[in-house]
This record gives sequence, structure tokens and C-alpha cells, in this order.
Amino acid sequence: MAETSHASAHQTGHAPHAEGTRRDFLYLMTGAMGAVGTAAVAWPFIHQMNPSKDVLALSTTEVDLSPIQQGQAITVMWRGKPVFIRRRTEPEVQQANAVNLGDLPDPQADSARAQRPEWLVVVGVCTHLGCVPLGTKATDPKGEFGGWFCPCHGSHYDSSGRIRKGPAPKNLEVPTYTFLTDTRIRIG
Amino acid sequence: MVGLHNSDIKNPTLRWIDQRLPLISLMQNEYAKFPAPRNFNYWWNFGALAMVNLMIMIVTGIVLAMHYTPHTAFAFDSVERIMRDVNYGWLIRYIHANGASMFFIVVYIHMFRGLYYGSYKAPRELLWILGVVILLLMMATAFMGYVLPWGQMSFWGATVITNLFSAIPIVGDAIVTWLWGGFSIDNPTLNRFFSLHYLLPFVIVGVVFLHVVALHITGSNNPLGIEPKGPQDTVPFHPYYTVKDTFGMCVYLMVFAFLVFFAPNYLGHPDNYIPANPLVTPAHIVPEWYFLPFYAILRAVPSKLGGVLLMFASIFVLFLLPWLDTSKVRSARFRPVYKWFFWLLVVWCVILGYCGAKPPEGIYVVLSRLGTIYYFAHFLIILPVLGKLERPLPLPESIAQAVLGGGGRMPAGAVAKPMEKA
Amino acid sequence: MRRLVIAAAAALSLSAVAAPQPALAAEATVAPPAQNWSFGGLFGTFDRASAQRGFQVYKEVCAACHGLRHLSYRHLGVLGFSAAEITAIAAEYKVPDFDDDGQPIERDARPSDRFRSPFANEAAGRAANNGAYPPDLSVIVKARADGANYLYALLTGYGNPPAGMQLGEGMHYNEYFPGHQIAMARPLNDEQVTYADGTANTTSQMSRDLTTFLAWAAEPEMEDRKRMGVKVMLFLLILTGLMYASKRKLWSDLH
Repeated sequence: MAETSHASAHQTGHAPHAEGTRRDFLYLMTGAMGAVGTAAVAWPFIHQMNPSKDVLALSTTEVDLSPIQQGQAITVMWRGKPVFIRRRTEPEVQQANAVNLGDLPDPQADSARAQRPEWLVVVGVCTHLGCVPLGTKATDPKGEFGGWFCPCHGSHYDSSGRIRKGPAPKNLEVPTYTFLTDTRIRIG
Repeated sequence: MVGLHNSDIKNPTLRWIDQRLPLISLMQNEYAKFPAPRNFNYWWNFGALAMVNLMIMIVTGIVLAMHYTPHTAFAFDSVERIMRDVNYGWLIRYIHANGASMFFIVVYIHMFRGLYYGSYKAPRELLWILGVVILLLMMATAFMGYVLPWGQMSFWGATVITNLFSAIPIVGDAIVTWLWGGFSIDNPTLNRFFSLHYLLPFVIVGVVFLHVVALHITGSNNPLGIEPKGPQDTVPFHPYYTVKDTFGMCVYLMVFAFLVFFAPNYLGHPDNYIPANPLVTPAHIVPEWYFLPFYAILRAVPSKLGGVLLMFASIFVLFLLPWLDTSKVRSARFRPVYKWFFWLLVVWCVILGYCGAKPPEGIYVVLSRLGTIYYFAHFLIILPVLGKLERPLPLPESIAQAVLGGGGRMPAGAVAKPMEKA
Repeated sequence: MRRLVIAAAAALSLSAVAAPQPALAAEATVAPPAQNWSFGGLFGTFDRASAQRGFQVYKEVCAACHGLRHLSYRHLGVLGFSAAEITAIAAEYKVPDFDDDGQPIERDARPSDRFRSPFANEAAGRAANNGAYPPDLSVIVKARADGANYLYALLTGYGNPPAGMQLGEGMHYNEYFPGHQIAMARPLNDEQVTYADGTANTTSQMSRDLTTFLAWAAEPEMEDRKRMGVKVMLFLLILTGLMYASKRKLWSDLH
């Protein structure tokens, strides 16, 4: 039936070709509108899984640095991840500065990583596959370069948190932080 | 005997798959080529709309479950957090909440369409019964979903409805305690309701699948209530009905969107924005609007057990409908007397709904009782008797003749032009 | 098409009939008169200046007894408060926390903290208020039928009881409270709050501002919702028109 009526429509149409074009255009418009609508509907359902406003509001942490002795390091939580804060000794800072940048897998000067040489603040997540490297506690192995050592796949970081050996591609990430006072920082 | 499915798909990759797993053939046969009577009116859109609505509910529900906390101490707060802090959380929650109302509007219209055009009659009895099963599952799902925000109406609605089971002699109290998992509606109840509220929609999907399978065995009924006799009486489902259903869906979405964006709490109850309080019962407990007719039947009877039994019976009588209606003619178009009783049923259902929202006193009790009497009389007395007494109008010879010959009510004799049979 | 219109009308009338009626409409409840709100209608938005003044009224008067626990101080940014102002507002409150050694302390609230509730829990609230619990106001406008009008009517509805009416101990007469007896004493009096912007601080003006603020607190998504709603409706209108034209075109073959 559908076929016979198609035929009759073409017979009765004054200009079958123009009629067909107009029809195609209408269907195309309708289809395009429908596609646009469907795409627009998808966004809220995707975006709902992004961090909600209350989660974003908790994205800063303040840390009191006064209890940390030279050569010590602490771990604080920031956005659900560990942040290492190390109060470096003079030799550690010198060691960090003495490296030839050309030898580094991810070249970065120590001065670009520490706002004040004494304090190193890095996100404690290995840039390889997300493990937490050892080296913060006094009893931890610090790796071959006196910084951190990731036990999962053997990445070695130096006293500036830079990758020196192993599979990790990048240096330990430095979060945005500001010194509120000499002994207080805000991370994030 | 094993062998590859005989696929007629041209694309070699798709053909390779279709020969082994003939999903594409299945879809083509059941949704594209599937011959549907050519004379559906817009009331036939509501089955597809119900399907769309079910999908909307499942998608928004899965998303809400990502942010909701099923614990009495956090449930209300987590819902407010969804409204305030989750990205587009307000949109998704309002779609879900109003989607429940839209679902019942669509399904009730779908059912009344079935009643008007006799879609429950042989050979579609099982199709209808599966539909009633879906309605029951929807009611259970909607009821448990309404408990989850843990507002006053959630709590007291749950208390009242679960207490219905205490009307059962001897084991009633034990059943209620079992439903609650305690001695009142509390955290264990909320947890199990959340679990079941998540599960039941997928059970509904399963029964909907069976509903569609049964539909594709018997084929659709149509406004004339006569079976298609050949290809001249049908059109392929795609594109004719996919396009028509999509148009209907757009209209439905406009109603839906208006509720969601401009009157999101219109169908809700303000008391459900008061956190649940086991010590204070709201002055006036009303269920969601879609339960109101049943609620009126429950309260129409001055006996606890009687009210509960009648309420459940009002749904279970629908299971028997295919055998209660003795008329051989399906469509009310050709049943001049039934047509009036049908509209009387609609009016009484609306009145019952109105009474369900009112306090159980005075005129509302009287109307509830009259409505209850009519409701049961309609199914148990009028339909069996009417089928024997009524003189139906003559049926058209075929769908094509009625449609193309002009007007659906054409008497059987007046044939405009003879249609060739295929 | 005609049938579709009937279907829509049927659906709407069904829902209209079934719409929840105000509880016990006949008994001792007076319907609040409708006010003209900045946030009413299909395009309404919250009057920011009014809402800010309303926040001041809440802070200086209501907050002594009523919480606003679903809001965080950071939410005030939407009303036009700057980040510095919000930090200052938050710092006026102490919230419980733990120090690094796990000892309970009270520290200054931060913008990310929830509004501090005046009572630790409902029982404490009742004990301090003669047995009547001052409800949290976060969603109060959604939690009452005709919420904004009701709230305004309640705040301005105090007066002397009609002759012959016996008020309970510690109760106050209010025309719009269900039962006309309310435990809360008249909260707002003329000139009680001093507005920085010089707006007249009459009871009705303060009530109006407070209601605007609480309407925002209950439905902070309302402006986004209506704005998106207008776009969605226009889009659907066009799509429906196109769909109808396509359907007509397609089916014209068959008739």
C-alpha cells in the first residue's frame, strides 16, 4: 500500500522533483533539530558527575608550618590527596640546585618549584600511576636521589620532587599555594 | 540443527554480525517492517510515550542514586544537596519527581484507551494482563520512591500504606513488622525501599518486554476494533508510526517541561519539604494524586479489612476484565450503550480521585461510596450483562474501506469502492 | 490533533482536580492574600537588594532561634555579596571542629561551612522555647502551601485576639497561623532593623525583604530553572511544529 500511494503522490504532484527536495529539506531540518535537542539534553547528565559546588568549595586547605623541624616532612590532605610539605636542610637545597637541568627527564629548576627554598610543597601522588611515594617519614626509604621513592614501579624523585629515575614521566606536581604568614600556607 | 541466520543485510560487517546474532533483523521486523493498522488515532501514542517515560525515569533515577544517601539522618539533606550543589541536580530531580506523575498520566490514558476500544479482548487477554502487572509494579515503585526524600508525607504515607497489611487476620502484624524491619518505619525500612525502588524499574522493563512480545504476536488493536485483513489495512511501523509517535512525544515533552521548569512542586505536597518526624502526624495525609482514587475506595468502607480488600480488588478486577466483558465487539464506536458507561466510569474515577484528596467526612464519604459501587458494578455487573443485551452497530468490512471510504463510522453496507485483497 | 487537545485538557483537568488542597482549608485557616513578588510569574527573578536586606533581617532577628542549615555561607554569593563580605559574615560564627590533635574546638566558620544552627538539635530547640521547636527556615517557603504569601501574611498577621478567644499560656494571636495561636512572639516591629541603604524599616517592608530572602533560600535554582525553561519551551515549540509538518507530509501519501 505504501508503495502504491508513493506512486500516486508522484503522479499527482505538479513538480515531483521540487516536491521531493522540499520534503527532504523538511525532514533534514526536523532531524537536525532533534539531534541538537538530544545533544543538549546529554550535557546535564554528564556534568552532574563533575565535582559539585560543595566539593569545589572545600578545595582549599590551610596548614600551620611551625611544628615542622628542618629535615622533617609532613603529609596533609588536600582535595582527598596527600600533599608532602618538607622543610629542607641547606644541603638538600644545594643538592637540588646543583643538578644539570639537561639531565632531567622533566627539566625544571628548583627555584621554579619552591616559593621559598626552605619549603617544598608537592602533591604526593606518583606521576606514573598514582601511588603515594615513600620518603616523608624519617624511616622511609628516600630513593637514590634523597627525595622520594615510589614502591609500586620504582620511580625515584630528588629533593625537589623531580623525577630522576624510573617509569614516571613528570615531576611531582606542585599545587598552588600561598604563604599567609611565615609559618602558615594555604593550599589551593 | 545449527546454522547461520538468513540475513538480508547488505553491509558485510553488519551482515556478519546479523547472521550470528540477528538483532538487526529482529529490530527491522518488529519495529520497522512491523505492519500496524493504518487507522491509529493519537490515543495510540501513549504506549510509546509510556516506554519513553520509563526510560527517562530509569536514566534520571540512576543519576539521582549517585548523589542520594539512603539513611534517615541524611536522606532529606542529601536531596536538598542535590537541589543546591550537584550540577543540574535540581533539573534531574524535578524531572524524576514530575516524571512519576507524567508516567501515571500516560499509563492511565493508555489504559482508558484500552478500555474504550476493547483492546483487552481475545486474543489480547494476556497483553492486557501483563499491562495490569506493569501498573502494579509501577504503583509499588512510585510508592517506595516517594518515601526516599524522607519528608513528612514520605514517612506518614509509608506508615499508612504499610499498615494496610496489618488488616490481614492473624499474620497481619507480623507481616508489617517484617516489611518495616523494626517496630516502626525507620532506617531499615528506608534502606530496603531504596533497594527495591532501584530494582523494580528493571523488573518493569522485563514485563514491558513481555508486553511488547505479546503485542507483536497478536498485533495492535485499532480504533475500529476489527483485525487487519491484508496489507491494504496496514502500514509499516517505520516511518509512519515512528514519526507520528515522535510528534506525540514532542507534545508530551512540552507538558512535561512546563511542569518541570515552571511548576515543579505543583503536583507535590508542601509537607514533604518538612523532614520526617515520627512524633507529629501532618493534619491531612494525602497520597500522590495518582493513588487518590484507590485511596478514596479504601476510605469508603467503614471496616479496615474491608477497605483494604476493596482497594486491592479494584486493581485485581482488571485481571478478570477480558472475561467479564461478554461483548464480541471491541471498539466502543460500535457499542452505543457501552460508550456511555465508559464515560460514566471515567467521571466516577475522577470523582473518586477528588474525594481521595478531601477529608473523609460528609459528602466526600457519600461520593466515595457511590463511586466505589459504580466502579465495581461497571466491571462485575454492567460489562457481563451489557454484552448480552446491547445491539452493536454494524462493523465496517475492513479498515481500509472505513478509512479510505470516508469516516470511521461507515455502515457495513455502504461500500465506496471495493478494495483489492492482497 | 483535536483528540490530542482533548487528551491534554483531560490530563490537565485530572491534575487540577487532584492537586493537593491546603490542609484543613475550612478549619481555622485563612488564605493569605496574594502579594506581588519580584520572583513570581514565568520570568520573575529575585530582587537582589531586597534579598540582601532580608538576609540582614534573618541574621539580626530570626537567626537567634531559626536555623538555615541547608545553606552554606558561600551560597550568599548569588545574592551579590562579594567573597570578602562572605568570609567576614562566616567569621562572625563559630563552628565545632577538631584540632590537629583530635581535640574538639570551635573555630571561625568558613564560606564553605553550613549556616550555624542556633540549637544543637530539636530537643534543645524545644527546651529553650517553651516546648515549641522553631523550624529550620531553609525550605520553609516550599514547605508551606502558597509559601511566600503565607510567610508574609504570618509575619504581618499579629494582633489582638478577637473578643472571647482564650489564648494558651505563652501563645500569641496570629490571623494566618492555622488555629490562630502561635508560640512565636511577634518577631518584626517597625524600626527594628536599620537598613544601610536607607530603605524604610517598616514591619511590612522587613517582612517583604525577609520573605524574598527565604524564597531564594528555598529555591536558589529558580532563576536558572525559569531561564532554561523558556529556552526549552521555545525549542520544543519549534521542534513540535517541524515534527507535525513532517508527519503531515509523510502521511499525505496515504490519504
